[in-house]
Amino acid sequence: MRSDPAEYELIAPGKLPSILSLLAQQPGQWLPIAGGTDVMVQFAAGKLAARRLVSIWNLPELRGIEIASDEIRIGAGCTYTNLREHEIIAREFQLLARAARWTGGIANQNRGTLGGNIVNASPAADSLPALLAYEAELILVSVRGERRVPYVGFHTDYKRMNLQPDELIRTICLRRNLSGYFHFARKVGARNAQAISKLCVAAVGRIEIGRVAGGRTANVVGDVRIALGSVAPTPLRLTEVERMVQGQSITPELLQSASRAAMASIQPIDDIRSTAKYRSAVAGNLVVEFLDQLCTSGTQRE
Amino acid sequence: MTENNIIGKSVPRKEGRDKVTGAARYIDDMTLPGMLYGATVRSQIPRGKIKKISFDPEFAWSEFVIVTAEDIPGKNCIALIGDDQPCLANGEVNHPEEPTLLLAHENPHLLRKAVNAVSIEYEPMPAIFSIEESETQSQIIWGRDNTFKTFLISKGEVDTVWSKADYIVEAEYTTGAQEQLYIETNGMIAAFDADQGVTVWGSLQCPYYVHKALMALCDLTEDKVRVVQMETGGAFGGKEDYPSMIAAHAALLAMKARRPVKIIYDRMEDMTATTKRHPSRTRHRTAVSKTGKILGGEIEFTIDGGAYATLSSVVLSRGTIHAGGPYYWPNIRIRAKAVATNAPPHGAFRGFGAPQSLFAMERHMDRIAGVVGLSPVEIRRVNFLKPGDTTTTQQIVREEIDLAKLLDRALELSEYTAKKNRFAKENATGAIRRGVGIAAFLHGAGFTGSGERYLSSTVGVEGCADGTVRLLVSSTEFGQGTSTVLCQVAAEALGLPYEDVQIAQPDTAQVPNSGPTVASRTAMVVGNLVRSAVLGIKQTLTASGALPAPYTPAQFREACRKYISERGELRSFARYEAPPGVFWDDDNYRGEAYAAYAWAVYVAEVAVDLVTCGVDVKDFVALQEVGRVLHPVLAKGQIAGGVAQGIGFALYEKVVWQNGRMQNGQMTNYIMPTSADLPPIRVFFEELGNVHGAYGAKGIGELPMDGPAPAVVNAIEDALGIRFDSIPLMPEDIFAAVSEETCADGVR
Amino acid sequence: MRDTFENGPKIDRSLGELSLCDLSLTVNGTARTVRVYPMQRLLDVLRNELGLTGTKEGCGEGECGSCAVLMNGELVNSCLIPALQAANSDLVTIEGFAGNPQFTALQSAFLECGGAQCGICTPGMILASQHLLTKNPEPTLDDIREALSGNLCRCTGYMQIFEAVARAAQLRSIV
Repeated sequence: MRSDPAEYELIAPGKLPSILSLLAQQPGQWLPIAGGTDVMVQFAAGKLAARRLVSIWNLPELRGIEIASDEIRIGAGCTYTNLREHEIIAREFQLLARAARWTGGIANQNRGTLGGNIVNASPAADSLPALLAYEAELILVSVRGERRVPYVGFHTDYKRMNLQPDELIRTICLRRNLSGYFHFARKVGARNAQAISKLCVAAVGRIEIGRVAGGRTANVVGDVRIALGSVAPTPLRLTEVERMVQGQSITPELLQSASRAAMASIQPIDDIRSTAKYRSAVAGNLVVEFLDQLCTSGTQRE
Repeated sequence: MTENNIIGKSVPRKEGRDKVTGAARYIDDMTLPGMLYGATVRSQIPRGKIKKISFDPEFAWSEFVIVTAEDIPGKNCIALIGDDQPCLANGEVNHPEEPTLLLAHENPHLLRKAVNAVSIEYEPMPAIFSIEESETQSQIIWGRDNTFKTFLISKGEVDTVWSKADYIVEAEYTTGAQEQLYIETNGMIAAFDADQGVTVWGSLQCPYYVHKALMALCDLTEDKVRVVQMETGGAFGGKEDYPSMIAAHAALLAMKARRPVKIIYDRMEDMTATTKRHPSRTRHRTAVSKTGKILGGEIEFTIDGGAYATLSSVVLSRGTIHAGGPYYWPNIRIRAKAVATNAPPHGAFRGFGAPQSLFAMERHMDRIAGVVGLSPVEIRRVNFLKPGDTTTTQQIVREEIDLAKLLDRALELSEYTAKKNRFAKENATGAIRRGVGIAAFLHGAGFTGSGERYLSSTVGVEGCADGTVRLLVSSTEFGQGTSTVLCQVAAEALGLPYEDVQIAQPDTAQVPNSGPTVASRTAMVVGNLVRSAVLGIKQTLTASGALPAPYTPAQFREACRKYISERGELRSFARYEAPPGVFWDDDNYRGEAYAAYAWAVYVAEVAVDLVTCGVDVKDFVALQEVGRVLHPVLAKGQIAGGVAQGIGFALYEKVVWQNGRMQNGQMTNYIMPTSADLPPIRVFFEELGNVHGAYGAKGIGELPMDGPAPAVVNAIEDALGIRFDSIPLMPEDIFAAVSEETCADGVR
Repeated sequence: MRDTFENGPKIDRSLGELSLCDLSLTVNGTARTVRVYPMQRLLDVLRNELGLTGTKEGCGEGECGSCAVLMNGELVNSCLIPALQAANSDLVTIEGFAGNPQFTALQSAFLECGGAQCGICTPGMILASQHLLTKNPEPTLDDIREALSGNLCRCTGYMQIFEAVARAAQLRSIV
C-alpha cells in the first residue's frame, strides 16, 4: 500500500445539499468518492493526487431507478449489481446490463457505480459505449440547480468532460424508444472476467423496409448507433459508419466498407494491454459482426 | 496394488480446518512486540556503478534504521550454489530493482516515503536484455563470457545421421518469462538477540536454504540461526531461493535495530523484484526417416538466467535432460547453456526448465509430423520410448511403461479422433475455428543424478507424551499436501489412524534437514524416509517390550506414553541412502538422471474466434502415470492447478519488459486465468508403482506444468493451420499471423 | 556510514492525527468502535485495529478477492473500501462466518473436495461462495464459475472449488 491514510481527509456529510454546498464553496478541493473501485486503486498505488475526499456513497438522492413510461432514470450512485438485477434494464437495455456483468467480479460490481464509471472517464470504461448507443442523457446537479445534457459529447477529451467543478452527476436517463431494435455488445479483454477491455463495442440497430437501387423494396439498415470503447481518448460513436450504412441493405461489400470506415475513424494506441493494429482490426471485425447479426435479426423477424 | 487403509484415501488435509476457518497463520498475520517495518531501496537502472547515495534532508533520518552493504557482518552474498549474488549492491548494480539499501521504521507509511527519499546517482553502463544480446558478448556482464553454465549431452554418432535422413527438420522455439503469482506475497520477520542469534519467520519453501544463507551473511554458527516456516500461501518455486534474500534483509535490519523487523512485499514489488521462470530458446535440428522415425538430432537449449547465477545451473540441468521428451533418440547431441542478462535473476518455477524444453520438443514433434506426412498421433507412436530403451542420458527405461497405450487412452478420453474429424468439416465456415492438440512427456522426480545423495536428507520422528507420533521434517506445506501425505505414510506404516500422526512446524531448531521442498521429491523421497523413521520408532518400542505384535492403535499409544514417561524421549531418524545400482556421471551427463519418471499424455481442445483471435480452451484431458496415487483428491488438485498454470503459460501470462524491468507488475495487467477462463480439466491416473518412492509414489507436483502449453499450441495449429513456435501466444500474435494469411484489413 | 541525522526536521503529522475518527460498526455480530483514519483501508482496520487476520491481502487493487468480506450482506473487496464508508455497517469476516451454522456445509465441502490448497484465497473464496448460495441455493456450474470469477486461485485450477460449492449446495438442501 503506497499511500499514507494520515495524509488524507475523507468526510461523509450524508446529504446531497451539504455536499453540493461544499463543492460550490470550495470548488476543485474535494474529490467525490462513490464506491471507490477506481479511486481506491489509485490510492493504493500511491497515485491519488487529491488529498480531500467527500463520500457520495449511498446517498438516497443518487440511488434508485425510476421507471416512467417513456424513460428510465438511473441514480448515478446505482451499482453495477443494481443494474444487473433490474428487470427493465435487463430486458430493454441489455447492453448496460451486460456491461455491468462484465465489469470486475461480483465484489466490485457491488461497489462500482455508473456515475463513477462516467466520471472516472477511462477510455476503457465498460458501461460508456452502452450509454452512447442508448443516447443517454445526464442530469447534472449543483447549488445552481440542475441541467440535462446528452451523454454524446459529454466526454470531450481524455479524462475531460462537460462537468463543472461544483457539479455531480445525479441521474442517467435512458429513453424507452428501442422497441424492435437489435442490441449487440462485445468486450474484448485479456481474459473472460476481471479484465480491462482492449476494446469493446455496444451497438443497437433496426432493420426497416426501404427502397434500394432499381426501385425494389428490401431490408435496409434503419436507425443504427455504434459505440466503441478503448479505441480513442474517449468512448466513441462511429458516426461515419452509421451514416454510411443507414438506408443501405447489408451486403458483403457494405460490410467491407463499414469495417474500413470504422478503422479509419478510431485512434487506438499501443499500450501495455494490446496494440493499435490489433484494436483497429478487431474493431472492424466487431462492426462487421454487429451488422451481420443485425441483418440476420431483421430477416428472422419476418 | 496393495490395498491400504490410509494410502490411496482422500483423508482430510492436516491443516485444512485452519485454512477454511481463517485461523491459519501466514507471516503477515504475525507481529512481535516492538516490531519495526523494513523496506528496500532498489536500483532504478539495469546496470551501472553507484556514484553517490543521497538522503533527502527533509526527512528525519535519525528515526530510521539504515543498513548498507557495509553493515553486513559476514559475506555480502546470498549463499546458494555460487556466491555471486550480493545481498546488497556494493558499488555496482546489475539489474533493475537490485537491493541497495535497507530502511526500517515503526510507521510503514513513512517508511514507504523514506524509500522514495533516498536518491542514488549512477554511472550507467550498457546493459543487455536478451539471450541474443548476451551471446554476442559485446557487453560482458558476468564472468568471462556471460555464461553461467553449459552442459553437453552426447549419445551415439550424431554427425552420421544427416546423410541417412529422408527429412531434416529444423526450427526454433521460444518461451517467455512467467511469474509464479502465489496469492500471498513474499514476507519475513526477523529478530535478533545477542545470545540466541537470529531468528526468522516467513513464507518459504526451504528453511535450511535460508539457514545456510544467513549463517554466511551474518557470520553466525548454525546454532545461532533459526528459521521457522509460517503457513505459506503458494510458492511454486518462487519461494525456493528468494526467501533467503528477504530473510537476509530483515535479519540485517533486526541486528542493527535490536528490534524485530517485518518485511512484506506488496504485489508490485514482489512481481518486479523477485524471480520468474527462465525465458528460453530451443533450436532443434532433427534427422527423420520417411517412416517418421527419429534417426538423430541436435538440440541447442539456452535459458536466460538474469543478472546472477542463483539456480540457473540446476534449471538448465533439468531442462537439458528433458529436452528429448519421451522419445527414443539413437543419436543425439544436446548443447545447453544459461546466459546472463541485466534482469532480476530468474529462478525456480514448477517444472524448472522442463516446461521450456518440452514445449519445444512437443511443438517439434507436430512439425516433424507435418513434414513427414504423418499425424501427430502416429509420429509419437513411432518414436516413443519403450521398456529397455535408453533415454538421451542413456538411462535404461526399466519399468513396463506403455506410452502407446497411454496415448490411446488419452485419445479415447478426449474423443480426439471424432473431434478432429468434426472440426475439420466445421472449420470450413464460421468465425470459430476449433482444434485438438496432444502433448506427450515425462518428468523426472527428485534431484538429478547424485543430487539426492548430496542432499543426504534426514527425517526425524518422535513419540509424544500423549501417545501420538510427530514427524520432524524441514519439508514444507504450501498447498501441495506435504503435511497430509507425510502423515498418511507414517500412519500407514505404523498401522495407526491418520489422526494419531502430527507433523511439526518446520523450524530449524526443531527439525532435521530433509532437503528442500522442490523437485517433486517430497512424497517420493522424503515419504520413504518418513516410512523408515517411523518403523524405527516401532522397532524401539518393540525392543523395549512395551509393544506387542500385532498391536492395536490403543496399544501403540499406551506403549509410546509408557516409554516416554520412563525414558523421557522417543526418537528415530532416517537418512537418505542412494539406492544401489543407480549411477550418474556428472562430467558427461550420462546415466540414471532420475530415480523415477512419471509419464503423461495431455490433450487440449481449443476454439479460436477469428473476430478477436482470442483462444478459449474448451476441454482438457490430463492423463498421467504416477506410480501410486497416495491421495486422490490432492493428486487431482495438483494436476488441475498445474494445468491451469500451463494454460496461463501458453495464452495469458506475458511479462512486459522494458530495459530489464517488468512493466506490468500488477494483477490488473499480468493476466492469470480466472474461473471463467478455464475449461473442465479432466484428470486421470495410471499406477505402475515405483520401487524408489514411498508406497510406490512418484513425484507429481511439477509434471502437469510440462504438457499444457504445447498441447494448446498444437491444438491452435490444428484449428488454424498456422504454426506458432513462441509463447506466450496472445491474440495479437495470432492476429498478426492470420492477417498475413488473409487480407490485410482484417475482414474475412 | 552515517545512519543518524541529528537536528533534522520531523515530518509534521499533526494534521493527520486530527483527522482520526471514531468509527462504529458491527463486526461478526459484535458492536465495535475503532479510532482510525477515515481513509484507512477497511482491510487494514480489520487486520490491524480489530486483529481479524483471516481476511487477506493478495493484490491491494481489488483484483484477487482475497480481501473479500460481507458488508451488509453484500460481497465486497475490503482493500477498496475506506474505513469511513464502513461506518455503521454490518460486517462478516471469515472468523465470524466460521461460527455460523451455514458455514458447516461449506467447511465440510471444501475439506472433502480439496477446495483449499495453500489456503490464502480460501477465506475470500468461502465468503464469495456463501454470497452465491444465499442468492442462489441451487447454482449451476456456470453460476458458480461466474460468481467466483473475482476470486483468484493459483493452486487449484478452480475445479475442486467448483465441486466444493456444488457439494455445499447439495449438503444444505439435504438439511
